[in-house]
Amino acid sequence: MSSHTDDYLDGNAAAGELSSIFAMDVTAAEGQCAHCGATKRFAEAHLYMQGPGLVARCAVCEHVLLRLVNARQRVFLDMRGMTRLILDTSQLQESSR
Amino acid sequence: MWRVGTVVALHDETATARTITLEVPDWPDHVAGQHVDVRLTASDGYSAVRSYSIASAPNSERRVELTVERLTNGEVSPYLTQQVAVGDRLELRGPIGRWFVWRTQQTEPIQLVAGGSGLVPLMAMIRSRAAAGSTAPFRLLYSVREPGAAFYRGELQALSDLDPSVTLTYAYTRAAPKDWPRPPGRIDATLIAHRTWPSNLVPTCYVCGPTSFVESVSSLLTASGNDPDKIRTERFGPTGERQ
Repeated sequence: MSSHTDDYLDGNAAAGELSSIFAMDVTAAEGQCAHCGATKRFAEAHLYMQGPGLVARCAVCEHVLLRLVNARQRVFLDMRGMTRLILDTSQLQESSR
Repeated sequence: MWRVGTVVALHDETATARTITLEVPDWPDHVAGQHVDVRLTASDGYSAVRSYSIASAPNSERRVELTVERLTNGEVSPYLTQQVAVGDRLELRGPIGRWFVWRTQQTEPIQLVAGGSGLVPLMAMIRSRAAAGSTAPFRLLYSVREPGAAFYRGELQALSDLDPSVTLTYAYTRAAPKDWPRPPGRIDATLIAHRTWPSNLVPTCYVCGPTSFVESVSSLLTASGNDPDKIRTERFGPTGERQ
């Protein structure tokens, strides 16, 4: 089931916020949906930004992958919708990119 | 990590879009397709963050160009397109993103499809290709409201005239120039069939624009035989004010 509304962006738009948490870029990371099992790049997730935080949903089944809320000097990160996130460590060796 | 950039030049691309050139002393350089977050903070401490694609190719001068389209009810874009002056300082976070990028070592055919200001990160790819002397064959399909709304027209034409492996197709959605072969309309299957790489050449496709545009173009590219895994997308919209 994919959404036909266009009130979402994609994982690229969450990358700045997530860069303050993760040492590595998450857009190219592969995340597995805990609901349908699909493994997709995080950049492909559907991102909803209308609420007080960010909600990333699976591009295949629309179940929530990740929630992130910034409040009072704290970041609340809920990733229970992702079975795993695979990050490419080769980027750490590249000069500064 | 937030960096501070100084505005060193301003250039109007259209009646509603402006390119801001920033000099960022500790800029770590970027890859074509990446974006930055820009943070504006008011005197009362209220701050707003928006994402903007980088328009410039990587360069040694630590310069970053952003082309920003003014949104009528935008919170940040009216400031960036109307009030920012040379010498002003802006807070930036980035470069961001390693998925929607084109690297100069890629040699396969590249299909770029832009909707409106979705051209910006794709322009960085075209500029990066030229700067690196790459011979990767590029095709750009650029959907734009009307002739006056097109970004970088002169530069694109010059790059394409200089190098026949860069081809351009404009698709006007509301008003086309006189005698234009195609009536105004959205990108459709016919245009995809005639003006994009045949799928058997296995191009990597980059699609950037408003969400509805990206959904429609990705479906058309997939329907014409492209592997969804070869289609990279970036969406923008009012919520993220990404331009």
